[in-house]
Amino acid sequence: MAAALLEVDGVVKRFGGFTALNGVSLSVKAGERFGLIGPNGSGKTTLINCVSGVLPVNGGSIRFDGQEITGMPPHQRSRLGIVRSFQIPKPFTSMTVRDNLGISLEYAGAARAGAPGSASAEDILRSIGLEAKTHLRPGGLTQIEMRKLELARAMAAHPKLLISDEAMAGLSSTEVDDILEILFRLNAQGITIIMIEHIMRAVMRFSERIVVLDAGERIAEGTPDEIVRHPAVERAYLGE
Amino acid sequence: MGRTAGALLIGIAIVGAGIALAVVKVNPYFYFAGYVILQYVVIATAWNILGGYAGYVNFGTPAFFAMGAYTAVLLIKSVKAPLPVLLLAGGLVAGLLGLGIGYLTLRLRGTFFSIATLALAVMLQTVVMNWEYVGGSRGTSVIRPPGPPFGSYVTFLFTVMVGLAVASVLIARFIERSRIGRGLAALRDSEEAAECMGVPTLRLKLFATTVSGFLLGVAGAPFPYYVTFVEPNSAFALDYAVNALAMPMIGGTTSWLGPVIGAVLLGTAQQIAIVTISSEMNLFIVGVVLVLFVVLAPEGILGLVRRMRGH
Amino acid sequence: MTVARSLIAIKNVHAGYGSVRVLHGVDVEVREGETVALLGTNGNGKSTLIRCIMGMVRPEAGEITLELDGQRIDLTRRSTEEIVDLGIALVPEGRHLFPKLTVEENLLLGAYRRGSRGDIARNLAYCHEAFPVLAQRRRQLAGSMSGGEQQMLAVARALMSSPRILLVDEPSVGLAPILVSRVIAKIKELKEERQLTVLMAEQNFNQATKIADRGYIIVHGKIEFEGRSTQELRENELVKKYYLGV
Repeated sequence: MAAALLEVDGVVKRFGGFTALNGVSLSVKAGERFGLIGPNGSGKTTLINCVSGVLPVNGGSIRFDGQEITGMPPHQRSRLGIVRSFQIPKPFTSMTVRDNLGISLEYAGAARAGAPGSASAEDILRSIGLEAKTHLRPGGLTQIEMRKLELARAMAAHPKLLISDEAMAGLSSTEVDDILEILFRLNAQGITIIMIEHIMRAVMRFSERIVVLDAGERIAEGTPDEIVRHPAVERAYLGE
Repeated sequence: MGRTAGALLIGIAIVGAGIALAVVKVNPYFYFAGYVILQYVVIATAWNILGGYAGYVNFGTPAFFAMGAYTAVLLIKSVKAPLPVLLLAGGLVAGLLGLGIGYLTLRLRGTFFSIATLALAVMLQTVVMNWEYVGGSRGTSVIRPPGPPFGSYVTFLFTVMVGLAVASVLIARFIERSRIGRGLAALRDSEEAAECMGVPTLRLKLFATTVSGFLLGVAGAPFPYYVTFVEPNSAFALDYAVNALAMPMIGGTTSWLGPVIGAVLLGTAQQIAIVTISSEMNLFIVGVVLVLFVVLAPEGILGLVRRMRGH
Repeated sequence: MTVARSLIAIKNVHAGYGSVRVLHGVDVEVREGETVALLGTNGNGKSTLIRCIMGMVRPEAGEITLELDGQRIDLTRRSTEEIVDLGIALVPEGRHLFPKLTVEENLLLGAYRRGSRGDIARNLAYCHEAFPVLAQRRRQLAGSMSGGEQQMLAVARALMSSPRILLVDEPSVGLAPILVSRVIAKIKELKEERQLTVLMAEQNFNQATKIADRGYIIVHGKIEFEGRSTQELRENELVKKYYLGV
């Protein structure tokens, strides 16, 4: 039985009078493919912002690899191995594609250079299909290439836990499969992956276990088959 | 590393040329104007380390420059400290000021930092104006020490400023090419992404404000000996605030070369204007040129060159 | 059964944002007096289609035509203000009220277009009657109201422009289930009283189909299913498939 890599315990997050997360708990096992879904506004991205450290929490705790990380700034968490991609890609626009990865390698990845699956920037770009754009600036990339760059940059940080935040939004069917294949490959190398997605067929195909959020609370947890049959999930998406 | 050695050699050669110029007797006005332009090379370079590399705009350059000048005034009046001590002390005080204001505001959005620097300049000017020991609002005269190592005192100061300009450019270049410089560029492009990719953004921002402040203070430290009469209106002059921003923007903010180009071009233009038209026209010129560049060439001269080369 | 006149005809629309392609050839029809539902989970293109109709997003291909009072108007060539002027009003996703203005001011701003300025007094009276809470809170800042009240204000604001066609974008977002019920019921009531034609994008299938005469399920930018009557919509076992990617 694999140990829990990430433990989120009763996390509460408020924005003024609005409670975005109302005591959410979940735990992700090392090496797992974990899906996080929920209707619009359910709190998925807020939860990820709390896990990656971008947002401070108002209550509850987060533990990574047995270590308490609540209150730790994002750059330190990335050095521990929690790396995320962004829903709307945020590339370093003044640098080439290769140098974008360089930042992750130099800063976050350096702490775990030599870890299993660690690769150079060129290796990563080749594995993801971006080697032709190595010396281009992000401004000259297409949408799918930008999404790949987001993932590549996260990979260059040598993650233990990779959080993919809607990496497939707006992509065509074949492009979705492209990204899925990359994520499957990363997981095969031992990287734990949390996937947040709206594209249901992608999440259902990819995840071993899924947690469903609705209005800031966890309403269901289980395998894709269990989730699809779960009455609370049906209610959350299709309404009463 | 061959490149850095090459840069150092070029730097030393320039300083040597400066000394040679000082000994040769050219029109004295050349040294006065040259001093101002070289001073702006330091100021623009210093400003750009924070404004161009990190993307945090400092509107209060006069505060840091004047900190250097008035620290020097204090040390001259109290212990008649020699020039090297003035330079170091001026830099350290201004550097600490940068660290302080950074610590207070850099956790917030960039606009708060910029507003704070504006307020800082006003506050410090008020403090100085009410401090009799350094002359208050009337100002104070400063007597140059006897016996400069070569030439007259003005030509000597000119050479010192050549050295400071070279040193600040080398420092900026070194930072730009280092891991820290890459981290600063990342946080400028996307602070959130940089933080999540392991860049300790707060630490790097504090580093940039401190170094920038330090160099601005160093630029201001020889000022009392240059003007021999220091009063708040000239030490805290608006020119410094505007030029510190305009010169890098016109030259190009992403590289050490931009502030140099901007300072030399704009500084020379201003000196010519002061002599030929009037001393008020120089700020007018800066304003017009800045607006033109922001609209037509926001990436400055370096950006235009890059575009012409087809990048 | 006589088929009502077509008001808005959307044919083979392809649209997106920059290089993100969202709609891949969408055909939708909205007929006079109907309530048509655009259904599907988030990120599938419902809001994008609504924005295309409102002129906020320009399609790269396809047609969006409005047929009103004997005129055929190509909406893809009109600005959003012109489209509002033609009588189409939007209740935006997330409300987008003016938070620092009062309820009254928000309503008045809804009547900005020239064609409705003469009706301001009458429309305002109607809104106060239809939404009593707005009359009571006329001087309250819109930003300080609860989610449900804000949604009502957003709907009322849209009515202030005397529209013939009402586009509603995801009214249920951020609202508790009981409030969603109320808002949907209200939309139905208003539609009947004002003889509106309604196109509603909504994820909440069960709520939306309570008032829909017809509906489309959109998945990944394509219409996967068209229910030509309320019954056809509600009695479809494939809905879950479209929603949960089974």
